[in-house]
Amino acid sequence: MINIIDLKKSFGAKKILDGVNLTIEKGQITVILGRSGVGKSVLIKHIVGLLRPDSGKILFEDMELTAMKEHDFNEVLKRFGMLFQGAALFDSMTVAENVGFPLREHTDLSDADILKAVQEKLHRVGLVGIEDMMPAELSGGMKKRVGLARAIVMDPEIVLFDEPTTGQDPIMSDSVADLILETQRALKTTYVIISHDIALALKVADKIAMLHEGRIIAEGTSDEMRRTDNPMLRQFLDGKATGPIKIY
Amino acid sequence: MKQYLEYLGTITGNFVTTAGSLGLMLFKAVMYTFTPPIKFRNIFKQMEFVGVQSLFVVILTGTFTGMVLALQSYNALKRFGAESLVGPTVALSIARELGPVLAGLMVTGRAGSAMATELGTMRVTEQIDALYTMAVNPIKYLVVPRVLAGLLMFPLLTIVTDFVGFIGGYLVGVKLLGINQGVFIGRTIDFVQVSDIVAGLTKSLVFGLIAALVACYYGFYTTGGAEGVGKSATSSVVLASVLILISDYLMSSFMA
Repeated sequence: MINIIDLKKSFGAKKILDGVNLTIEKGQITVILGRSGVGKSVLIKHIVGLLRPDSGKILFEDMELTAMKEHDFNEVLKRFGMLFQGAALFDSMTVAENVGFPLREHTDLSDADILKAVQEKLHRVGLVGIEDMMPAELSGGMKKRVGLARAIVMDPEIVLFDEPTTGQDPIMSDSVADLILETQRALKTTYVIISHDIALALKVADKIAMLHEGRIIAEGTSDEMRRTDNPMLRQFLDGKATGPIKIY
Repeated sequence: MKQYLEYLGTITGNFVTTAGSLGLMLFKAVMYTFTPPIKFRNIFKQMEFVGVQSLFVVILTGTFTGMVLALQSYNALKRFGAESLVGPTVALSIARELGPVLAGLMVTGRAGSAMATELGTMRVTEQIDALYTMAVNPIKYLVVPRVLAGLLMFPLLTIVTDFVGFIGGYLVGVKLLGINQGVFIGRTIDFVQVSDIVAGLTKSLVFGLIAALVACYYGFYTTGGAEGVGKSATSSVVLASVLILISDYLMSSFMA
């Protein structure tokens, strides 16, 4: 569904992506694992057009995202949803206004229909009766859920997650993982998750890809990853400070 | 010497970058202003924030400025026996100069800093990125309503400042210092022309554009978390205030 081909990006002299090649399959959950600061967010920002690559391309179906004009790209973006690390809810809007925002901007639905869609999505992420609350009144976990409700409110074909469990306690992280699984199974949507949370990756992923030093160094199913003898991936999965991956 | 040249180069580079980015943002804002759909709700919301919520501070500033102008000009003009000119002195100073400049500076301090802070916070918490990913152009959604609000509300606030400033001057001149009411108003009507008021309003239009655009620019391109947001707010107020004063001089010299 999405093909990332030889993607390169540098900031000044610092190479972040150094030839990333990755295929994201339709209807699957793909988790891109990697250490903090390795360029996972930079990679996901390329997919949604927030960054432009120095070279390489990203294909979505047969369209080259990296070469599209703003207007055409916006049409593609309407088929995407994204959950940001901090949920990125609009502070000045209520929960209902946040979740209904894409519908208000891109459809002619009436206020009543938008509210109905908002309530349905909030219900899907396990939240009821919080429509009139402001983001500042929500816990971190609730913000993520509201962010997910907003990401799926347009029934997108692809949802991207930027570190969905960062800052959550282990129980809440597991609950987020369950939420990801439940919603993906129900909606049959393609999910792309970037994370350094191994438990999350092993639990939800149909496919795991590991990003290290600007390249995908390993990819496979959760089971293949568990059995891997790739020393770098092994070190990452085992959470060891010593090994081929140096701490810097 | 090398250090000095490097410093000079850095300053020049920053100046050119800021000027270019401001120009580009203005160009985009103009372009998206006329790109449908036009969301009037956002524009009215910003007009309310910039205009209505600045009324109190503008009324306070205008009134006391008019009062002190009357007091000072009375003391000066009395020496020449020209107390009858206090009315036109107050009215002309406020209409041509102090009304637009003081309203501009006060509203820049209040609304400009708030705009930079709000957009800066939206930037560092990825709310602006979220707009992009929801196929909503952030310049159109965030910058255009603020720039339009600045353009529309600064002149209106200047009219209020002019009015309350003259009332303040009248109260001090006529009620406190005992200048004849007929002389105070009559001489003002004799000397003040519509073109004086229009000149002041033209200035305020430019000040509104400067304040809103600079605030949006600094807010929109904020980096560096909470500290960056604070820096953006400060920088936007400083640069907008300086640009208001410089452009005021330039416009005054053309309008003289």
